[in-house]
Amino acid sequence: MSERRTILLEVRDVSKHFGGIYALNGASLALESGEVHALIGPNGAGKTTLIHVLSGALTADAGQVIFNGNDLAWRAMHERVALGLARSYQITNLFSRLTVLDNVTMAVQSRVRDWGSSFSFWKPFSLDSAIVDEAQDLLDQVSLTGLAGRRACQLSHGEQRCLEVALVLATKPKLLLLDEPMAGMGPEESVRMVELIENLARRVTMLLVEHDMDAVFRLADRISVLVGGRVIASGAPAAIRADHEVRRAYLGDAQ
Amino acid sequence: MGLYASSPRRRIAAAMTLVALLALPWLMQSLDQGFYVSLASRVLIFALAATSLNLVIGFGGMISFGHAAFFGAGAYTVAILAESGVVSAALAWPLALAVAALLALLIGAISLRTRGVYFIMITLAFAQMVFYLVVSLKSWGGDDGLLLLRRSTFGSLDLKDDTTFYFVVLATLALVLLALDRLAHSRFGRVIQSIRENETRMEALGYPVFSYKLVCFVIGGALAGLAGALLVNQSGLASPNLLHWMQSGTLMVMIVIGGVGSVFGGVVGAVLLLLCEEFFVEISPHWQIGLGLLLLAVVLWAPLGIAGLFGWGRSRE
Repeated sequence: MSERRTILLEVRDVSKHFGGIYALNGASLALESGEVHALIGPNGAGKTTLIHVLSGALTADAGQVIFNGNDLAWRAMHERVALGLARSYQITNLFSRLTVLDNVTMAVQSRVRDWGSSFSFWKPFSLDSAIVDEAQDLLDQVSLTGLAGRRACQLSHGEQRCLEVALVLATKPKLLLLDEPMAGMGPEESVRMVELIENLARRVTMLLVEHDMDAVFRLADRISVLVGGRVIASGAPAAIRADHEVRRAYLGDAQ
Repeated sequence: MGLYASSPRRRIAAAMTLVALLALPWLMQSLDQGFYVSLASRVLIFALAATSLNLVIGFGGMISFGHAAFFGAGAYTVAILAESGVVSAALAWPLALAVAALLALLIGAISLRTRGVYFIMITLAFAQMVFYLVVSLKSWGGDDGLLLLRRSTFGSLDLKDDTTFYFVVLATLALVLLALDRLAHSRFGRVIQSIRENETRMEALGYPVFSYKLVCFVIGGALAGLAGALLVNQSGLASPNLLHWMQSGTLMVMIVIGGVGSVFGGVVGAVLLLLCEEFFVEISPHWQIGLGLLLLAVVLWAPLGIAGLFGWGRSRE
């Protein structure tokens, strides 16, 4: 982290309320290009709401989100993906009846700017070998090569989470929003996922929402703490660990 | 139900069916049953209409309950054009297709903003609006419909001849099925099937889901219009019944029985339903009770339809 980095994502005073409940209440956050930025906070702090606002699934009531120089207000979800902003889901969200390979080829094909267009009605997809090759390569990266022919619903939970990551990677994002990638995983699967994220960290900026504190402190370059819809602290892991406010609000002020 | 994949076996079955259908007029005439050639045309036209709905429901996952509007629009376009002296099929049929496509674009652009039951109801509502509009227009025949006094002309082909007409219908259906099979395996076909499987995921992968669904909806509507253009030539009448919601329901029953999301599902369903109607109606006017039982059996034990039973449906494993 020695060289100066540019700001890739800036969240300015974003608020979102559902009826009288403020899920986000003036949250601000800045992500530097190339970092793994973890977002932690107690249940109901607004972490997933923030991911929804960033990905375009929800519209913020107030505030601004600037991604790579673009104001994201009013941009539809698919336009944000085209800008390089991709998300994974907290609850596994795959094409469960499609094969593992088809899941990834659909994701690769989404980069229509690379392949011409998906408004192609006559030419068989089987001739698009470049798309299939790239999908195979992605399956290699997440260690699912041997399962390419299985249906996604036949995979174990941990394998599904890895497939989820492969789908997100296929869109070639500049920024990856990972919403609890280790949710519901056993210890062995978690270790595998941590290794996978460590490998990816070299190539892509990440905003990681995660409850597993061991994983967070191992992976994150910087950590932001969201409490009550507001970011109360942002900084290096050591600083966050020592921060009195954070300890009181979240990590548990045992003594 | 993964993405649709053709097997060589299915292609052989399709080719054999095509040969049998080519020989049908000759067979019927040698048996002195020429009437059945016209019935066969009717069955194939409904097969085309059901196939067009299968593209929308089976492949695109859009449960449209208003497909009759496009079917009827095609029929009325040809009948109205014939009244004003345009009888050339080369002009009237593409126009019927275009009118149905335009109507599908309008209805689709609004309806596709809704999901689930709301989409079913709004497409039904639009189709019924078209139905009542046509019934109320005396110049278009109102309740009685519009007679087509002359069949369309098609270059040197004599479409008044039932056998020639049958071959034109058969060729049209075969071409549409070939195109649908290509479409199902194309990038576009994979996109719409994946939208059927998981729409939010497709949006999150960067696909402009609405545009893909609308294009699929319009293609389906246009093909229904083409079927309508053929049907008015077969029956000689553009009837408001073609626009009625029961017609939409009949087409739906056809694809459910035949096989939702299978290229040949619409054909199998239309053949089965119309032949049952033709032959069982003489045995009992309540033959539809049997149809209801068949539908029940299909839904319970063969969710991929009759085509699915024979491995003609979507790939299973």
